Amino acid sequence: MDFTFDDRQLAFRDSIRKFLMVEAAPEMLRETWETTASGRSAELRTKLAQHGLTALSVPEELGGLNLGDLDWVLIHQELGYFAIPDSLVATAYLGVDLLKGLLAENSLGRAWLPRVAAGSARIAVSHPINLFVADAKNAELLLLWHEDEVHALHPGQVQLRLNPSIDQSRRLYKVEWTPSDATRVCKAALGGKLWTGVIDRAGLAISAQLIGLAQRMLDLGVDHAAQRKQFGRPIGSFQSVKHQLADVAVKIEFAEPVVHRAAYALANGDSRAAVYVSQARLVAGEAALLAARRSIQVHGAMGYTWEADLQMFMKRAWALDATWGDRKFHKARMARHVFADSAELGPGSTFLRAARPAIPRSSTRCGTDCA
Amino acid sequence: MRLEYTGGQELFRTEVREWLAANLPREPLHSLDTQSGFEQHRAWERKLSERGFSAVTWPAALGGRGCDLIEWLIFEEEYWAAGAPLRVNQNGVFLLAPTLMEYGTPEQKARFLPRMVRADDIWAQGWSEPGAGSDMAAIRCKAIRDNGHYVISGQKTWSTRAVWADWLFGLFRSQPDSKRHYGLTFLLLPLKAPGISIRPIQQLNGLTGFAEISFDEVRVPVENAVGEEGAGWSIAMAAAGFECGLMLHSPGHFQQTARALVELYRRHRESADCDPAIRDAVLRSWIGAEAYALATYRTACRLAKGGQIGAEASTNKICWSELDLLMHETAMAILGSRAELMPHAPDAAGVGHWLDGFLFAQAGPICAGTNEIQRNLIAERMLGLPRA
Repeated sequence: MDFTFDDRQLAFRDSIRKFLMVEAAPEMLRETWETTASGRSAELRTKLAQHGLTALSVPEELGGLNLGDLDWVLIHQELGYFAIPDSLVATAYLGVDLLKGLLAENSLGRAWLPRVAAGSARIAVSHPINLFVADAKNAELLLLWHEDEVHALHPGQVQLRLNPSIDQSRRLYKVEWTPSDATRVCKAALGGKLWTGVIDRAGLAISAQLIGLAQRMLDLGVDHAAQRKQFGRPIGSFQSVKHQLADVAVKIEFAEPVVHRAAYALANGDSRAAVYVSQARLVAGEAALLAARRSIQVHGAMGYTWEADLQMFMKRAWALDATWGDRKFHKARMARHVFADSAELGPGSTFLRAARPAIPRSSTRCGTDCA
Repeated sequence: MRLEYTGGQELFRTEVREWLAANLPREPLHSLDTQSGFEQHRAWERKLSERGFSAVTWPAALGGRGCDLIEWLIFEEEYWAAGAPLRVNQNGVFLLAPTLMEYGTPEQKARFLPRMVRADDIWAQGWSEPGAGSDMAAIRCKAIRDNGHYVISGQKTWSTRAVWADWLFGLFRSQPDSKRHYGLTFLLLPLKAPGISIRPIQQLNGLTGFAEISFDEVRVPVENAVGEEGAGWSIAMAAAGFECGLMLHSPGHFQQTARALVELYRRHRESADCDPAIRDAVLRSWIGAEAYALATYRTACRLAKGGQIGAEASTNKICWSELDLLMHETAMAILGSRAELMPHAPDAAGVGHWLDGFLFAQAGPICAGTNEIQRNLIAERMLGLPRA
């Protein structure tokens, strides 16, 4: 049992954190989001690729780093903390996951994975669990669900209608398209499995981003409370303000390990992975929503402005919490698990274990009870 | 990261499960807040000690099993899953013992630990005073040095199990004109010593689980001081860290309650679903217990790698105490008009333990440092917010 990350994973996370702190400052992101149609910066994408973020889960022979969900989960938290828009996760985590699943079927993966790793292609992923497709117009390749099949289309083959979101980082599109034999890259038999994996990985990515967002909003609230003075002292010295922020710290503390267990389960093909992901979504969402509410309260009127950075992170938390399965979806999945007749729920069931060893009878008992 | 048990850990789990199945008391014990129940629980601790189970994390040479924290968690999971009795010995084993092992002299360890592990001595705590609750540094109970002794005068209160316990550990003001955290000494003293009078305090549930203790010139030899004279505060803080942090509130206990709550809900589903909030609260309870377990495993693994328990101890306290309330409030809501029945009421239909738990859960956010104090600690030590 080892519930810690190794030094390499932590060092990589730290290096990404330092990089994003400098290169993805809020004012830079806001300018891109507010002044460009795409909402994306080619320059930032190049830098993300230079730091390996587009190559993380691409196989080595196709130009990637061949890392897994456990490496990703720490990075997802950073992507949340720095409000990196959806396109990176859709491309380098979800899109790559689908393409890797198709490697034995056709040449699509071999064609696209090296480009993704190099940072020269964006992928948009569409599944009916979402009403809209994020970054569809920014993508060179669209991977679309149709009756559990996977279809691959170029932007020229689809009709897109932009639906503005309150989260300025998001570029949401209604996608209209016609499935055909020519667009199909995978039949439903395999596709069903691949889409299940995509939903779970999207859930993991979002729950980890929500943890990062919660931490960011908490940090912003703490900074504001330490600096803002009223009645001659920092408002953060008042107990009622302290307690609002302490509650958020508690929520994060008890949500993060749930997210990390979900990552471990996905990385190891654990049969409970879907349930663990939903659990992670619920607790991480709760932490992020509380962080938003408490941080805006601590910010006072400043929190209600466009000017304060808090709004970027609040809106992203509100939006992500309802993406790739909203709370209703994930709560229903949890309820099916917890209220099932066969549910194994009590102490000792926290980690999936090999079949429980039957209690061996002691030899004395055995001698008298069973011949 | 590797979230699997080793073969050795699974074997240990099996050993604990098998032993408990063979040795658990056949009838539920009386409440440990009654004299007969207290002695039954003491006997049970003694039984546990025969297998090294009364203090599994202690070294084998001292009567424990030398378990690491993961094995401790496994032991606790099996213990609570088996429905085993509450631990009357926990103040000593989980609070005082780690303090003694770190700060005690070889003589003190040899004198107190073997008797503790066999439950020959059950320990009560002496922190709070009538004028020092959340503000623990306001302690006034005096311990004046006189001819190889400390002479103790004053009062302690809310001392859990002091009514029937044998010994007490706590903080006393050894330097008469000292202020706040200075001049306090950590002392061990027998509750039967001349000059001690114990006034039982009736709890919310009608039982005398705690007491007020008056000291009238009680003489305690100086060798009963743990650590340096005047350094009691930092030693007590270490004990408080053990307390809030981990050992006293193992996740297995709460997971067992969560499982029982799910079962209770399923048995009363038809009526419970008339209020959709109940189903949601059951689900949140289970998720909360699971999250508490995961966070504890994470802390245990960090400690194994040389980490320290810091302000997480305060987040833990808030987590388990609010979870315990949520679970019992939800059970009360499911039980409806039956919930008020005392466990021995003829038509309580075997659900009275939920009322016991509900009453006990009221103490959670208050005991061992109120949740308000914990939130202050989190804000100041974890988040770095300015002190008032």
